[in-house]
Amino acid sequence: MTESSMKMLRWSIPLAVFVVLVAFLWVGLGHDPHEVPSPLIDKPAPAFKLLQLHDPDKTLAAEDLKGRVWLLNVWASWCVSCRVEHPLLVQLAKTNVVPVYGLDYKDKSDDALAWLAQHGNPYTASLVDGDGKVGIDYGVYGVPETFLIDKLGVIRYKQIGPLTVEALQQKILPLVRQLQR
Amino acid sequence: MRAILLIGVAAISAAAYATAMTAPPPSAALEARLKKLETELRCLVCQNQTLADSNADLAADLRREVREQALAGKNDVEIRDYLVARYGDFVLYDPPLKRTTWLLWFGPFVLLAGGGLVWWQVLSRRQRAPAAAPTRDPADDARARALLDDEPPA
Repeated sequence: MTESSMKMLRWSIPLAVFVVLVAFLWVGLGHDPHEVPSPLIDKPAPAFKLLQLHDPDKTLAAEDLKGRVWLLNVWASWCVSCRVEHPLLVQLAKTNVVPVYGLDYKDKSDDALAWLAQHGNPYTASLVDGDGKVGIDYGVYGVPETFLIDKLGVIRYKQIGPLTVEALQQKILPLVRQLQR
Repeated sequence: MRAILLIGVAAISAAAYATAMTAPPPSAALEARLKKLETELRCLVCQNQTLADSNADLAADLRREVREQALAGKNDVEIRDYLVARYGDFVLYDPPLKRTTWLLWFGPFVLLAGGGLVWWQVLSRRQRAPAAAPTRDPADDARARALLDDEPPA
């Protein structure tokens, strides 16, 4: 190895290491640590059979929704960021593109009913998950969360945190159209 | 008076100690097991806390779930698998060794080996080319002597 190529190595190796390190840190900065990728994507939606909020005598099971594409929106009247996404859900429901089912997570039914009366009810049906057991089955750790479930009952997408216009337009609705075909 | 008090306190604490020793709660083993398990699991809400440490609502629910499953006779591996199926490997404080975590587990050792290699190279290069002993020019010597002799003592 010649003297000059040794000298080249002497500064180019640390530089390369530094660049790689910066790249790793840069990518790391862009990650939201609260968005933990769900292991449930592309897995069958966990089964549930829950009472309906507006019709406490009736139950609804995940099984009943097979054959259609649907959204499961986990919400609660005590959840502050649910208010942020709620107008978007109400709007979405009006378009009738995809049915939205609500999972009323660890809530009091009276509060939930009052909340829906006040803010509008976008849900085809709301299911009561009083003790949060179904929430655990769906790996819910931060309300609101929204799952997109296909005709075969497989979870295809999960939104952690409030729905946004971008997420809806760029990810969820295109996927809904594709799955409905 | 003081002696009586002291004896009384001693007697009470001895009695308390004796009952604690002779009659441990029947589920002490279970409690210890749960405690250990909970310190190995992460609370998803406050992510740098274990299930055992966290006050979050979800942590309480998950602790309850873990307890119920343990009471139902499930072993630690089954309980851990149950949570991983729902929340992913992130729920484990010790990430499992698999292809996607190789970099995580072995990366530091690779870096250490790289550092060691560089260190070894630098050392061996130094040994190969020992710093040449500084040579002195007799002319410089003479000049220095002249300057020193010239200097009046301070």
